[in-house]
Amino acid sequence: MSSPSPSLLPAARAALRATLPIMIGFGFCGFSYGLYMRTLGFEPYVPILMAMTILAGSLEFIMASMLVGTFAPLTAFVVSLVVNARHLFYGITMLDRYRTTGRMRPFLIYALIDETFSILGTGHVPEGVEQRWYYFFVTLFNEMYWVLATTIGACLGKNLPFDTRGVEFVLPALFLSIFAASWQQEDRHISSIGGLAVTFVCLMLFGPQYFLLASMLSIVALLLAFRTVLDTGTELPHD
Amino acid sequence: MTEFQMFIMVALATLATQCTRWTPFLLFRRGTPSVIRYLGSVLPSAIWGMLVVYCFKSGTLIEGSSGIPEILASLVTLGLQQWKRNMAVGISGGTVVYMALIQHWF
Repeated sequence: MSSPSPSLLPAARAALRATLPIMIGFGFCGFSYGLYMRTLGFEPYVPILMAMTILAGSLEFIMASMLVGTFAPLTAFVVSLVVNARHLFYGITMLDRYRTTGRMRPFLIYALIDETFSILGTGHVPEGVEQRWYYFFVTLFNEMYWVLATTIGACLGKNLPFDTRGVEFVLPALFLSIFAASWQQEDRHISSIGGLAVTFVCLMLFGPQYFLLASMLSIVALLLAFRTVLDTGTELPHD
Repeated sequence: MTEFQMFIMVALATLATQCTRWTPFLLFRRGTPSVIRYLGSVLPSAIWGMLVVYCFKSGTLIEGSSGIPEILASLVTLGLQQWKRNMAVGISGGTVVYMALIQHWF
């Protein structure tokens, strides 16, 4: 990209406004993640590298706990697929909208994270702003917040002037908040409750090593089995 | 785990993540089957429920904890989320409360 043309500025400004809450949330979570990795004994470049390549906050935390264990490549791959399977549904929603984005499309798909989808998935683009540049800046800013916050947390690491014990609660807090936010938005809670219940039963039956995979398969199977009951056909826009 | 093995793990996590992001764009060039559309609407909330259980299973939190600080901090997170409807507030509030509980009282 050369010098910013005037048509880019409104898009960048609108994207900055829309991503401000993400900046705060990522500032805290990314910082905690960088810090957390240092407390596990990793060099600063490891969380920074993971922030840039994996670029999926929840998975990075999960990978952190796997990296201190034994070498398990297949588990790493399958758990990553399972944990990030929700991205499939972001892609499905953005399929048509990203069709006209030209050369930036690979970048938009590469960095389609939860928070970017939470803004772009609504379909709302501020007035007087070119759509594809708005998509571009929202995606870029969110990625930058995450990588920068991780870098700062990783570099400051153990030199922080305060006690960081307990910072690992950021992960349960993240999932609890996402769960609660999703609960607030839905009309029926059967899928949320089902996810909790099925996973709990799988944890009891299959133990901590295999329960994620078992839960994922059971959840999909149950949702498909009860499709006639659950499919209201109104939750996603048909186009 | 050697440094090389660690890189392999990170590379595989990256590859798997990119697979989940690219598959719909490569698979459904012409339109989305209705069953996929249905799963897209009901699956996410179940996945969040699954991840809540995942992160509270033993081994991910502090060894030998009584569970009381976890329960209190979770209630703070949920309460803040319910009240402010803002994830950044819920996450930071819950974590700060947990850190205070762990460091000073438990």
